[in-house]
Amino acid sequence: MSIAENVAGRPVGKESLDRVVIRFAGDSGDGMQLTGMQFTHTAALVGNDLSTFPDFPAEIRAPAGSLPGVSGFQVHFSSSEISTPGDAPDVLVAMNPAALKVNIADLKPNGILIVNSYSFKGKNLEYAGYASNPLEDGTLAGFRLFLIDLTTLTRRALAETKLGQKDMDRCKNFFALGMMYWMYNRSMDSTYRFIERSFAKRPDVGAANRLALEAGYAYCLATEVFQTTYDVPPAKLPPGRYRSISGNTALALGLVAAGEQSGLSIMLGSYPITPASDILHELSNYKNFGIMTFQAEDEIAAVGAAIGASFTGSLGVTTTSGPGMALKMEAINLAVMTELPLVIFNIQRGGPSTGLPTKTEQADLFQALFGRNSESPIPVIAPCTPGDCFHIAIEAVRIAVTYMTPVIVLSDGYLANGSEPWMIPSIEELPRIDVKFATDPGTFLPYARDPVTLARHWARPGTPGLEHRIGGIEKADGTGHISYDPDNHEHMVKRRAARVAGIARDIPELEVEGPATGKLLVLGWGSTYGAIVGAVDEARKLGLDVSRAHLRHLNPFPRNLHDVLGRFERVLVPEMNLGQLAFVLRGHGATNIDSYSKVQGKPFKIAEILDRIRDERGEVAR
Amino acid sequence: MSTVVEPGQNGGAAAPLLTRKDFVTDQEVRWCPGCGDYAILNAVQQVFPKLGIPREKFVFIAGIGCSSRFPYYMNTYGFHTIHGRAPAVATGVKLANPDLSVWVATGDGDALSIGGNHLIHALRRNVDIKILMFNNRIYGLTKGQYSPTSEVGKKTKSTPYGSVDAPMNPISLALGAEASFVARSVDVYAQHLQDVLIQAANHKGSAFIEILQNCNIFNDGAWEEVADKGVRDDRNVDLRHGQPIIFGKARDKGFVLSGFDIKVVTIGEDGITDRDLLVHDASDPQGRLAWILSRLTWPDYPVPIGVFRATERPTFERAMHEQLVRAKADKGAGSLEKLLSGGETWVVG
Repeated sequence: MSIAENVAGRPVGKESLDRVVIRFAGDSGDGMQLTGMQFTHTAALVGNDLSTFPDFPAEIRAPAGSLPGVSGFQVHFSSSEISTPGDAPDVLVAMNPAALKVNIADLKPNGILIVNSYSFKGKNLEYAGYASNPLEDGTLAGFRLFLIDLTTLTRRALAETKLGQKDMDRCKNFFALGMMYWMYNRSMDSTYRFIERSFAKRPDVGAANRLALEAGYAYCLATEVFQTTYDVPPAKLPPGRYRSISGNTALALGLVAAGEQSGLSIMLGSYPITPASDILHELSNYKNFGIMTFQAEDEIAAVGAAIGASFTGSLGVTTTSGPGMALKMEAINLAVMTELPLVIFNIQRGGPSTGLPTKTEQADLFQALFGRNSESPIPVIAPCTPGDCFHIAIEAVRIAVTYMTPVIVLSDGYLANGSEPWMIPSIEELPRIDVKFATDPGTFLPYARDPVTLARHWARPGTPGLEHRIGGIEKADGTGHISYDPDNHEHMVKRRAARVAGIARDIPELEVEGPATGKLLVLGWGSTYGAIVGAVDEARKLGLDVSRAHLRHLNPFPRNLHDVLGRFERVLVPEMNLGQLAFVLRGHGATNIDSYSKVQGKPFKIAEILDRIRDERGEVAR
Repeated sequence: MSTVVEPGQNGGAAAPLLTRKDFVTDQEVRWCPGCGDYAILNAVQQVFPKLGIPREKFVFIAGIGCSSRFPYYMNTYGFHTIHGRAPAVATGVKLANPDLSVWVATGDGDALSIGGNHLIHALRRNVDIKILMFNNRIYGLTKGQYSPTSEVGKKTKSTPYGSVDAPMNPISLALGAEASFVARSVDVYAQHLQDVLIQAANHKGSAFIEILQNCNIFNDGAWEEVADKGVRDDRNVDLRHGQPIIFGKARDKGFVLSGFDIKVVTIGEDGITDRDLLVHDASDPQGRLAWILSRLTWPDYPVPIGVFRATERPTFERAMHEQLVRAKADKGAGSLEKLLSGGETWVVG
């Protein structure tokens, strides 16, 4: 089989690009996530702005070569500021026919398509549902197709090693990565360091991966299979020290920071669930910060133990996704009734039921706001970028202990696994969180309240003279004794509501980017932020009258929300659900809301929102 | 959070002498008149002052059910939580502050039905909490449905034709869950119950105590066949570690082991002397004898009470805190600044 068209002898050109989107796609066992993350890491070190979108199946290893087994990793890197992983790849690396089939529709016209030609035969074509070989039947004519026999080339490069063929074949992702490094003029140092770290226990495998990486690079250099290499210069990001961060890591670090800033011990009760488990993994490493992690027997025990810890004067935290939230709700309501601080991270995924465990969605807003029995107000906040997850975790802890309440944080799979460059904040910039424990038996009553925040006093077991009982039964305000008194119940229902509503005094006002009044406001929450920013920026370049705003606080809303909404003719609310925020806004009396929903387990593309903005403006003009 | 102090060893020296009254709250007790729970409450209030633990270090956690109202009547820290979840909440309390003496009040429905999962996991982890399970073989607070310990054929509001599912054996369940301390007593056996509670309190690790309790409204006479004054000597056998197992009004009956079975024998008959009797061993790490004894039920056998099993193994909260201490010693106290700039970083500008 011919390996690739050899065009050696022709000079290689160099082109400078502002931004590039690459998608690596292959079998779940092909190491596409790792390949993508290595490329991302190197781009970060170069100083590019970037955004990633890992997209993988729920099955750990679906049958090799099958369509459900395809795993992809998209990275968008640039020399200017970007806000999403990119609408469509400029480059697609497809390791097998299934990966080609699943991803080819997304590749830009005339995009670069690199395929592992070795795998385009026999059963693999069948598994992917190809009746004829797409490499030969002309269907790929609209792309710049490069047929590279990655498998054979990798085997040749590793011929001198003692690895078996199966182990050799597992190195072909590094061969592909080496090619990409050549194409984009990247240093391989960071990946060398990664290989050294990761394969310390299998130095033979580490050496093979390094060989494959270098072979991929050298192959491009020697054969000049590509006639052009590309430079993507560093982005002009605000000055500071940066690292690359994913949403789940940022939530974990934010919790550690909140523990330090409040002086509280953090106790995480958790039960493994996709896509939240990484927070448990991450926090399990921070024992030297005094962080306790408890992998409970189920979701209910996880939140139960967190509530027990909060009762005892630690900060109880629990992490989960939608199905786990459903299980925790009764316990969360106990924290509502007993007015204990509790932080709940819901990393939303496609639902209902098991749904799409590895895909993103933001359809748990109703659940967070309304998913418990009776009148059960809980503050709800949502991060807008992977880096913002750090700050939202601190905000959650601040609200929880200041107002003695559970707080729900709605992240999602897209933020959880996506990563971006993150300017490391200085410790001095972080908010301090004041915590006061009751100590005076002379004045203590379990349900006596701070006159401003309406928060009750927090008394730790072990404090002499403050012995008291709390529980899920309605309590008399002040004394905390069991009370079935009708007037007291109504009073307490209103107190709980007023306490949460009062948080609006204590959060920033909603800011509008762009004209403060006008025809159209695009209002988002959670992870749609990036696509909305990109789309509104584009729309303004096209001269459209459009502004944008973003809600980080979903309950209570910023106090000027009504005022802001009233200053625009229409308000467009893009959401990865059937219009949940739109519904809530209408419930609050807004009459100019247009919902734009997408529920495909995939984030919005910039182009989709831009098209919708154009439609809206057309409507308004009519 | 860097040191682990067991209850009773901390602050005990200077603690003022406490009496039963110190543990009585100003709340009106709202159990039905004649309920077995009154006797249990009294026993606990008698025992707590004797433990040498300052009052503020006691925490009572409960789930839902008649028994679970218990914390409201104990002048300690208390938390009346949700149905079945008390062991989970108690685990969080003990992890957050191992210095506290943490007790759980629960019932057969709360612990074995809705909360079965939490019960077995708290026991296997050996969290140092004391679980008092009031077993009246009925749902009382929901007004009389059969429970996981109700006998087959039980006629209740939800089983007018008689229940058809087999009951659970709480002692066998606790042993199967690797509980390090397993005991049984009876609500009205005031002294016996107090003795068992004291042993449980002194045990380092999770303790499971089944307390046979009467519900005079919905299951009156729940245990009368074995616990009534007239019959109890012949139908109970009190287990004492290291002592021959003897019972009967005349103290003339005992157990011998026959294969894996228990045989009831009479001293003086067939040449049996007290030296032939089975000697109770609660300390066997495998809990083999405890298991065999747990299988004995009336009317085939007298019902064993007392401590079935008491073995030592590391507690969950201690192991957890030791990891924290070790991590600090190995890595040094965490530095937020270093953590945030962990991994590879780069500078812009």
